[in-house]
Amino acid sequence: MRKAFAATLVELAEQDPRIVLMTGDLGYMVLEPFIERFPGRFINAGVAEQNMVGLATGLAEAGFIPFVYSIIPFATLRPFEFIRNGPIVHQLPVRIVGVGSGFDYGQNGVSHYGLEDISIMRTQPGMTVIAPADHLQTTAALKAAWDLPSPIYFRLGKDHETIVPGLEGRFEMGRLQRLGNGGDLLFVAIGNIVPEVVDAADKLRASGVSCSVAVISSLNPSPDADLIELLREFTLVMTVEAHYINGGIGSYVSEIIAEQNMSCRVVRCGVDKMPDVTGSQSYLRQKHGLSAGALLKTALTELSSEDADE
Amino acid sequence: MKGSLVQARDIRKIILEQSHRAHVGHIGSSLSIADIMAVLYREVLRISEPSDAERDRFILSKGHAALALYAALHLKGWVSKSELDSFCGDGTLLGVHPEHGLQGVDFATGSLGHGLSMGAGAALGAKMQESDRRAFVLLSDAECNEGSVWEAAMFAAHHKLGNLCAIVDLNGQQALGYTEEILTLSPLHDRWKAFGWDVHEVDGHDQQEISSTIENLSSDQPHVLIAHTTFGKGVSYMENKIKWHYWPMSDEEYERAIEEMECCK
Repeated sequence: MRKAFAATLVELAEQDPRIVLMTGDLGYMVLEPFIERFPGRFINAGVAEQNMVGLATGLAEAGFIPFVYSIIPFATLRPFEFIRNGPIVHQLPVRIVGVGSGFDYGQNGVSHYGLEDISIMRTQPGMTVIAPADHLQTTAALKAAWDLPSPIYFRLGKDHETIVPGLEGRFEMGRLQRLGNGGDLLFVAIGNIVPEVVDAADKLRASGVSCSVAVISSLNPSPDADLIELLREFTLVMTVEAHYINGGIGSYVSEIIAEQNMSCRVVRCGVDKMPDVTGSQSYLRQKHGLSAGALLKTALTELSSEDADE
Repeated sequence: MKGSLVQARDIRKIILEQSHRAHVGHIGSSLSIADIMAVLYREVLRISEPSDAERDRFILSKGHAALALYAALHLKGWVSKSELDSFCGDGTLLGVHPEHGLQGVDFATGSLGHGLSMGAGAALGAKMQESDRRAFVLLSDAECNEGSVWEAAMFAAHHKLGNLCAIVDLNGQQALGYTEEILTLSPLHDRWKAFGWDVHEVDGHDQQEISSTIENLSSDQPHVLIAHTTFGKGVSYMENKIKWHYWPMSDEEYERAIEEMECCK
């Protein structure tokens, strides 16, 4: 996704001289196309993310559209107060670009995991959160959103290969994308975990259960209307995110169901405790119940408990 | 020109009137920068209108001294008397710290250590746009406790932001005590110098010295004026007293303060 992002940013920067790219000294073998094409519009701010966001605030006030790039915790958590008191308070078009959703940086340890970024970013008024499911959607989302007058947080994964079948890179701000028409179970998923969810849904269908996957890629604006309409068809929804279970889309879907007084039951799949060991992304997804296999197992368990209740 | 009306004693008087009326503190921190603010708004800042994109940018990074800024903006004619009188009221843009929505406030502040980064961004943006506008950032001395100040200092020197000027209000006090007792700043001159800045020490109450120092800034390195000031300057019983960081004045104290201002005209 990050390579698609860099390539698309070069395209956009050809059209609009306001675009500048800043990094906290990260993006080796990713950002080079931009750096080579626009050396005067690239700023390596050094390993100083608070200052980088402050600089971006000053640049945006002067009329630039700064894209601020780092690994998710360093792009979001470290400078969070500067994001709040800068681009948010002044409603300036700063783009925070965080790479490494969930366990993308598996072996690097918890310091590098992106597990609470959706939660904290979506609390901020006027902050659009965009989390594409694959690199095709990354390109579409960047092209759709880059010149919004307000701040944006882009949550990117590292994977440049996997494509979500059936999604075909569709992105519409404030809308969700539905994959499949089954009615027994609805998965709601966001970001780079979507391929695991689609895989789990396929396995579930193979075992005779009909289900659908709703892919959410933007919050603020959030797909409230689409989601409300869709939830009416289901009594069981499983939210899936490579993120802590609090504050992300599990929380978002639960808020909608509670506010709309719907009778749908929510099972939130995500990381529910501090990761205590490191390993590959696939190992960590499995350990935290987020692999296709683990999701399938959870789905079957929850569906059978539905049947038992009836 | 209205800007010529910006005098330090009027700034001080407004600080006293408004903080007394609203019964709030931060008086000493505001009084210590009155002379600096007078020079900036009378002689230094090139701002034809607050909405002019080519104006110099000013950031009051020590946002808790907002009353000194409101006073200057009022004396410039950009904040009306009725707006000024809404200070600390309900629904006002004139709070204890400056809000972005107020005409003349380029950047909202209040979180110490934030201003220099934004100022460096403003200066960098001007250079990238080949504009001759400048950025001025007024910091408190204790604000230099914040690591982000030094991140910005490193960046500004590396990028030779000669259009950035920081002013450190070295009044020697912070909320709970004297700066040198809480977290040593000295040698402050050497620290800024070591970060690659063009450093000047000035008497922060000598308006002529502040003015001529800024006028003669020329190197392509970022500039810092270490302004030696007296906390609570102009009100004898407040000077160098920790209490007046937060404490509001009683009616009697207010009258004494105003008397001192009147007699020193």
